[in-house]
Amino acid sequence: MLVLPSEVRAEIDGWTRAGYPEETCGLLIGRPHAGRAETARAILARNLNRERARDRYELDPADFLAADLAAREDRLEIVGVWHSHPDHPAEPSETDRLAAWEGWSYLIVEVTRSGVAAVRSWRLQSQRFVEEPITSS
Amino acid sequence: MNQTIVRIPTPLRPFTKGADEVRVHGATVSEALANLGEKCPGLLERVLDKDGRLRAFVNVFVGANDVRTLQGLATPVANGAVLSIVPAVAGGAP
Repeated sequence: MLVLPSEVRAEIDGWTRAGYPEETCGLLIGRPHAGRAETARAILARNLNRERARDRYELDPADFLAADLAAREDRLEIVGVWHSHPDHPAEPSETDRLAAWEGWSYLIVEVTRSGVAAVRSWRLQSQRFVEEPITSS
Repeated sequence: MNQTIVRIPTPLRPFTKGADEVRVHGATVSEALANLGEKCPGLLERVLDKDGRLRAFVNVFVGANDVRTLQGLATPVANGAVLSIVPAVAGGAP
């Protein structure tokens, strides 16, 4: 289960709308428990894949490092990754699966010209993505 | 002997009994990772491929520098250096 407070969700929605039609990506910072990630905040990261920014993302490792350091100082950790699928369903692609890590939540935002259409979260289990529920508290 | 702190990302902490940092010895990134592998069975296979090269979806940083921009696994690590294993985060729409 992914606990995503409404203010964090609203912030991510805003980033994905502002970035449309390109993909946007970032990290979820919080506290992991067994199979449950509690998000305290989210960060927006740079997408290094400029050639295919409409349908690919490659999160800047320097942003990861900075977010990880800040999280450790607050006794938090990186509990997941969020990214947008402009004009595509909020379902993980094969590209997503190949690069995914077990233990993290993968939040995907379907964003269209008229706004955020769907938000879903997934976890990799035995090389397959399984959807997890999202709750605001 | 050089002592290095290796920062472990959340997805690899099942191999460190949950620890977010592990202290290792080694004069290079390669030696530090080998020592990490001895201390944390199973972890090294997630970081290096069968030929001993860095996996495509893994980055290793010494301080703020990606070792791929330095001397790769042969990059020297000073005593007290911080080595970070940074999972590549990538993907995209179909």
